[in-house]
Amino acid sequence: MVPFAGWEMPVQYEGVIPEHRAVRTDAGVFDVSHMGEIEVEGPTARDFLQGTLSNDIDKLQPGQAQYTLLTTDDGGIIDDLIVYRLDEHRYLLVVNASNREPAFRRLQERELRGSDVRDVSDDYALLAVQGPRALERLGLSPGKAFTFEHARIDGIEVMVNRTGYTGEEGVELACMDDEAVTLWDAVIARGVTPAGLGARDTLRLEVCYPLHGNDIGPGWDAISSGLGWACALGTDFAGAERLREVKARGPEQKLVPFTMTEKAIPRQGMPVSVPGGGGQVTSGSLSPMLEVGIGLAYVPAAQSTAGTELVIDVRGRPRTAEIVKKPIYKKEP
Amino acid sequence: MATESYPDNLLYHPEHDWARIDGDEAVLGITWHAQDALGELVHYEPPNVGATVGKDTSYGEVESVKAVSDLISPLTGEVLEVNQKVVDAPETANEDPYGDGWLIRVRLTSPEEREQLLSAADYKNLLETEA
Repeated sequence: MVPFAGWEMPVQYEGVIPEHRAVRTDAGVFDVSHMGEIEVEGPTARDFLQGTLSNDIDKLQPGQAQYTLLTTDDGGIIDDLIVYRLDEHRYLLVVNASNREPAFRRLQERELRGSDVRDVSDDYALLAVQGPRALERLGLSPGKAFTFEHARIDGIEVMVNRTGYTGEEGVELACMDDEAVTLWDAVIARGVTPAGLGARDTLRLEVCYPLHGNDIGPGWDAISSGLGWACALGTDFAGAERLREVKARGPEQKLVPFTMTEKAIPRQGMPVSVPGGGGQVTSGSLSPMLEVGIGLAYVPAAQSTAGTELVIDVRGRPRTAEIVKKPIYKKEP
Repeated sequence: MATESYPDNLLYHPEHDWARIDGDEAVLGITWHAQDALGELVHYEPPNVGATVGKDTSYGEVESVKAVSDLISPLTGEVLEVNQKVVDAPETANEDPYGDGWLIRVRLTSPEEREQLLSAADYKNLLETEA
């Protein structure tokens, strides 16, 4: 167990690699109850969120979810999150554990008359059940990605969210905090493998989902971070003007995925060099599926196309890598 | 995975490394405790053959998915051989830390250093006090 944002979190149960492979080939469950939940409710909730979150909230119907960013006034990323539209005037924002307070403060700061922001993190537990057999093991029918419904699993009331952070099919189950242990035991009894933070990190890295605090943050604008697709630049959210400028002139640096072409494991913070410039690794690990070192790095935009060779400084040893297309790992059809 | 053991015929270094001394040569590796603490090894960065390794200093690295660890040499010597099997399949050091999972073979330049190393019993005591 390791401390993480005030929580005691399991890095691994059986081991990062077997847990990772269980999620890619069968099903694994992650306790992600540390994530924060913030409710926004009221007749002006839509206007408030449209002006505060980067994506177009008007695309969201009740029963749907959306990946979006909470941006600074200059287009940096306070947090990346999923917003669920619970009903006409009520939204649920699931934020990163370490950003629960900054996200809540930012929302309170921009709150409009006629909308109410409440931190309800302590009311909910959240279990992510992910993998090609996740639905079958839970007895759930397939559903459309980024939707949610209410259901019962072994008698426990859950909100079934068709979302995840692994690149696999699966769900995130929200239940009341006092039923968390019962739900966990029920999921395990259905043959799902317990998986820890270690596997969660290697799974998301293989499919190039950025991690806030590593790959994205307030110091990087959303366009340079490759999250322009989650920014509705035609709407007027905080930082939109700056992001329109960055988009028009092109970012100076870009976040790119890479794989090592020499034996080495890249790690966060390692310097990267390319002809005519440099950058830095923001996430790195061994890919348990590909069995090579993989990572994400910021590099000069002029040197950011797939196939470009990078040299990573691995504790003083230069090791070569190559920029690849997203995702780094893709299941064979 | 191997079961916990600390063979009596080896000498130990407090940084969780072992040495099997044979005349003026020694084979070095990491202990069961070290591989267990690191978890499944996925990378072994060995020294070059011919390089000098110094007692109590790093001669290479092993990595698991989440962690990097320096390899500390229990003795001073010159590298005669690197175990290519562990370079190619680092988990060998988890599966058989005292056998197929050895890391380097060295020619000792200060064989008297062995007097400073721990016996299996001393090393086990050390593990208990660390725990």
